[in-house]
Amino acid sequence: MTEPIISLTGVRKSFGNNEVLKGIDFEVAVGEVVCLIGPSGSGKSTLLRSINHLEKIDSGEIVVAGHQVGYELHRGYRREQSGKAIAAARRDVGMLFQHFNLFPHMTVLENIIEAPVRVAHRKRSEAIATARALLAQVGLDGKERAYPSELSGGQQQRVAIARALAMKPKVLLFDEPTSALDPEVVGEVLTVMRDLAAGGSTMIVVTHEMGFAREVADRVIFMADGAIVESGPPADLLGNPQHERTRTFLARILA
Amino acid sequence: MRADPLRIRPRRHPVIIALNVAMVLALVGAVSILFTNENFEWATVFQYLFSEQVLAGVVVTLWLTAISMFLGIVIGIVLAVMRLSPYAVFRYSAGVYIWFFRGVPVLVQLIFWFNLSSLFPTIDFGLPFMTPLFSLDANELITRTTAAILGLALCEAAYMAEIVRAGIESVGSGQSEAASALGMSPWLTFRRIVLPQATRVIIPPTGNELINLLKGTSLVSVLAISDLLYAVQTIYSQNFQTIPLLITATIWYLVITSVLNVIQSRIERHFAAGVIGRPGRTTPGMRRAKIEAVT
Repeated sequence: MTEPIISLTGVRKSFGNNEVLKGIDFEVAVGEVVCLIGPSGSGKSTLLRSINHLEKIDSGEIVVAGHQVGYELHRGYRREQSGKAIAAARRDVGMLFQHFNLFPHMTVLENIIEAPVRVAHRKRSEAIATARALLAQVGLDGKERAYPSELSGGQQQRVAIARALAMKPKVLLFDEPTSALDPEVVGEVLTVMRDLAAGGSTMIVVTHEMGFAREVADRVIFMADGAIVESGPPADLLGNPQHERTRTFLARILA
Repeated sequence: MRADPLRIRPRRHPVIIALNVAMVLALVGAVSILFTNENFEWATVFQYLFSEQVLAGVVVTLWLTAISMFLGIVIGIVLAVMRLSPYAVFRYSAGVYIWFFRGVPVLVQLIFWFNLSSLFPTIDFGLPFMTPLFSLDANELITRTTAAILGLALCEAAYMAEIVRAGIESVGSGQSEAASALGMSPWLTFRRIVLPQATRVIIPPTGNELINLLKGTSLVSVLAISDLLYAVQTIYSQNFQTIPLLITATIWYLVITSVLNVIQSRIERHFAAGVIGRPGRTTPGMRRAKIEAVT
């Protein structure tokens, strides 16, 4: 494995008495596509969100592109970083949500250029040119002036992908990007994601789309009860799972 | 017209028809009283409607409303953000403020502020039990006008805080998550993403507050500030035309609140951008047309 761009060491997190992450260790290499699968409540979304510090962790270390995420060493213990440092670390990470979370009071174009202009301080004209190119890339040219409420779920998620890409992130995190979509538009979002993977993007995808995992992922990780049960190339993990837990989950989801 | 047995017409209720007739009769009666009862003294009403004294009162009422509302909104936003802060020190201090200023009648607060110098002859700045860094004379600082503005604005801020808080809470957490995931700072997220969406929810109750405040300014007449009510009071204490002059004031209050209503619906339409399916509001298409006209 080449130098990892994401590395997690001993990540733990509890909600009250319920430990949802029980010491997670894993690494992702540049250009790698990792699919996180597992039953609901297994901690996969929490894990993904912690990589962007949308979820605080109780202990452990998360490093993305050489930067500590969320916490820093201070006199021998870890404490939360300043808001500024957290915001800076997040610029390397693009995040896609189950419910898209586009800004409803802004047009598609305004959604995409907001962060490049206000956060990365790029020129407005450049940001608009980039946004147009990205919209073409996700198959939505001509929708610049539409409001999110005028678009289908699949179109909204593709705008959200363009919005994330506009910040030129080094890593993309997908949190069940197709779970809220009507079945007939799932394909158009998966196609865009497949193109991104083929273009060399580093991606972690929490998903229930086993077809996508089998076809696109370099590695599939199966999580249950806050721990990684097993991981491996999709053909092995999905075709010949080693653990009983994995087998019952796959039997249920592929039935 | 040919009778069409397939055409559907609304059902007519006899009670509703009777009520309509009754309302028309009541309206005719009310209007005729306005013209026949000479105690209204319409000539006097219109004689003073645009008199210098009354117009000056209107101006005082308007700027007192404007400055108190402006301060109320600004302090209210700060209080609302404090109420939602993760730090208890902000949450509790804002909570105590709102508890106090919402709990004491405005009239009591106005008189209290006006008489503050009896409680604190000087206003000192410094640490408790230490010699003050500097002191101000309360009698000079708290004039009639500042007492009026303080009383109205500080109380208004408490109400606005709750309205703004409800607006902020109406914006889903996914919005600030998406913004922070793009690297936006908490302040930028609040200003660009949360507040504009909250504003849509905040405006209708704020319109009510503004109209309440406008009417509430009539309370400052107890401090002998020459607002609209105090102006007509001064006039009728001399000529004893109490009713006609109160009607003069009523007309002005109604005119101003009507204008404010129109302004409010304009602002609501502006902030409805991106929201579809709300009849009578701007559709995204209308805003697009506006943008195209500008660019």
